[in-house]
Amino acid sequence: MSDSTASATATMPRHLLSIADLDADLIRTLLDTATQMQDVQRREVKKIPTLRGRTVINLFFEDSTRTRSSFEIAGKWMSADTINITGKGSSTSKGESLRDTVMTIDAMGVDALVMRHSASGAAHQVAGWVDAHVINAGDGTHEHPTQALLDAYTMEQRIGGLAGKHVVIVGDLTHSRVFRSNVLSLRMLGADVTVVAPVTLMPSGIRAWSEADGFALSNDLDPILTGDRGVDALMMLRVQKERMSGGYFPTAREYTVGYGLTRPRLQRLVADHPDVVICHPGPMNRGLEISADAADAAQSLILDQVAAGVAVRMSVLYHLLAGAKGGAA
Amino acid sequence: MSDQKLTIGEKLSPGPGVRSLVITGARIVASAPSVATATETADARVADVVIVDGVVTDLTASEAPSDAQVIDADGLILLPGFVDLHTHLREPGREDAETICSGSRAAAVGGYTAILAMANTTPVTDTAEAAERILDLGRACGLVDVQPIGAVTHDLAGGTLAELGLMHRSRARVNVFSDDGRCVADARVMRRALEYIRSFGGVVSQHSQDPALAGPNACCHEGELSGRLGLPGWPAVAESVIIARDVQLARHTGSRVHVAHVSTAEGVDVIRWAKAQGIAVTAEVTPHHLALTTERLAAYDPVFKVNPPLRPIEDVQAVRSALADGTIDAVATDHAPHARHDKEHAFEDAAFGMLGLETALSVVASVMVEGGLFGWSDLARVMSSAPAGIAGLADHGRPIVPGEPANLVLVDPAAAITVDRSSSQSLSRNNPWHGEQFRAAVHTTILRGRVTAAEGAPAAC
Repeated sequence: MSDSTASATATMPRHLLSIADLDADLIRTLLDTATQMQDVQRREVKKIPTLRGRTVINLFFEDSTRTRSSFEIAGKWMSADTINITGKGSSTSKGESLRDTVMTIDAMGVDALVMRHSASGAAHQVAGWVDAHVINAGDGTHEHPTQALLDAYTMEQRIGGLAGKHVVIVGDLTHSRVFRSNVLSLRMLGADVTVVAPVTLMPSGIRAWSEADGFALSNDLDPILTGDRGVDALMMLRVQKERMSGGYFPTAREYTVGYGLTRPRLQRLVADHPDVVICHPGPMNRGLEISADAADAAQSLILDQVAAGVAVRMSVLYHLLAGAKGGAA
Repeated sequence: MSDQKLTIGEKLSPGPGVRSLVITGARIVASAPSVATATETADARVADVVIVDGVVTDLTASEAPSDAQVIDADGLILLPGFVDLHTHLREPGREDAETICSGSRAAAVGGYTAILAMANTTPVTDTAEAAERILDLGRACGLVDVQPIGAVTHDLAGGTLAELGLMHRSRARVNVFSDDGRCVADARVMRRALEYIRSFGGVVSQHSQDPALAGPNACCHEGELSGRLGLPGWPAVAESVIIARDVQLARHTGSRVHVAHVSTAEGVDVIRWAKAQGIAVTAEVTPHHLALTTERLAAYDPVFKVNPPLRPIEDVQAVRSALADGTIDAVATDHAPHARHDKEHAFEDAAFGMLGLETALSVVASVMVEGGLFGWSDLARVMSSAPAGIAGLADHGRPIVPGEPANLVLVDPAAAITVDRSSSQSLSRNNPWHGEQFRAAVHTTILRGRVTAAEGAPAAC
């Protein structure tokens, strides 16, 4: 499944800040290695020495359960010393500057900073300051590249290569870093992408952006789900209830009726497309953007996504930290 | 007249015996009266300028006193000293970022002879006492006339009016009022302020930005790039709706509104319409909004985080055209120094603003004069006589003729400089022009006959 010639010549970037740092070959390399890493995950003794002596800091300025624990497990299974640092984002100019915070940690001699921050671009800025490799574990409403990689990995495991497949992304696009990373990676892998949201939850300027990057837009979900193009994968994004107070949509009920993967919508979708897969990056609002039936359906990949998260993050850590020195998994 | 050329040291100390100065061979440029019509040949002539006791006395060097110091201005352009309607000096309150003295040095180096100090200091300039203190600190430094701007509302809070009349009647003679950084969003407050200051000819300089449309986290022009970068956006309409409201209030009250740092084509359109109706509105644009576009934000460098934000090229072209055709009256720097650590936060958390005093002439000359949009006499208008008129500064922006105060700047149109942020007179380093090359640069600045800066070095203050 891999194009090994191309993978061998591609060079991993020093940091993983955005899917834009990668290309199709590099994504392929990362996903192929993730397949090998998933073998480790299935072993009784889940430990390989690949990153022994390396220190990985999980620096989370914003709450996270799955991403942080996923990176922590990935590091530990590869024998890295992993340390979690959590703290509230410095949202005021009065506290310690972001630069001072990360320089302090960097000065301890760490190899990788896995960083989450509530502000877009934070990982980007930090990468310009520190010696460590920086892995963006989510920056504001900008990107979440390892999520997009694990999404691609999970979908490929079930439905095969994504080239020519139709992936539909539905939900709060404006505030979604998952959408921003996925639309880049899915296009690199050759998928056709349609994004669906009410106008108020679409980022400004998305029309020009979609034209430049080659993905389709819709404000109406049902015609997409029942359209001639078919649907191979449906990715539901989390919608935060607090968006209602921002006037993005009137009520949760109205959102669900328009854009939720409700039971009737699921039944129709599965009837039309029995092989469709359903993804959600979590955490889910059951009953808002996704019904319990959909979340737990046979077509749902939601727990597979979580499982793949560890393997994909092992692959990323391996290629950024050990890959350059020619280590092997 | 002494044959000896001035050395820096001589220039920089007024010296008890030095009462006169002669500038030889400069191309003298007068402010164009209104819109770009004058040609370079018509609006400039080569002459000498004799200055005695701070006043231009003659335009022939042979009439200079024998002990006059000489500035050889061959190849240089002489303009009225620049006036900045919009400077943040940070004193009192954030003297680590800028002081009245350091800002004055930067202003002198940038060719300014008068600057208006914005009210958003700590404490806010919302009383006569606070305004007089800024005036006095500026005078003590003496490199540039520092004219305080008063707050419109108490503590910039947008509620009750600041002591507008007392500030105006104080020694500081405050004439321009602004809550800059914050929009006077409440239409009722804006109306009352305009009515109240009409009796003494004051003007409100409005930071035109509807806070309901540009949220508290907005930090990037709302458009394709903000969408891609995931930065909270700032729509152009947040600016134009406030300008539209304010020009209607100006008409209703018969008072004057000045639109600070116009940045959008939509804003320009409203101002153009209002001027055509005869409404008393004036407007300024910053050098950075004339030259830099939103794309600068692509790497999340907070140096380019500014309020209002950098806009797309269509808006940049609109403000350039508006400056050339007179819709926008003046260039103002919005010089906004910040301590390094206040810029080293995540982009959304970092402070707004960039330096501007020292580079304004080079940027405006590059974009507008070298770009063929207008001539030096228009530059003199938008950087000197128009802002002086808006602020009511009688001694600045004057024609260069005998009897006028010698507030002047010599510009070298072919200096070829590279901006180095580390050589700035400002205490801050948030300079968006670092590494940029410019042809024109300020050569010498003269305030009431005294050389306040020469070739990048300010006089002692």
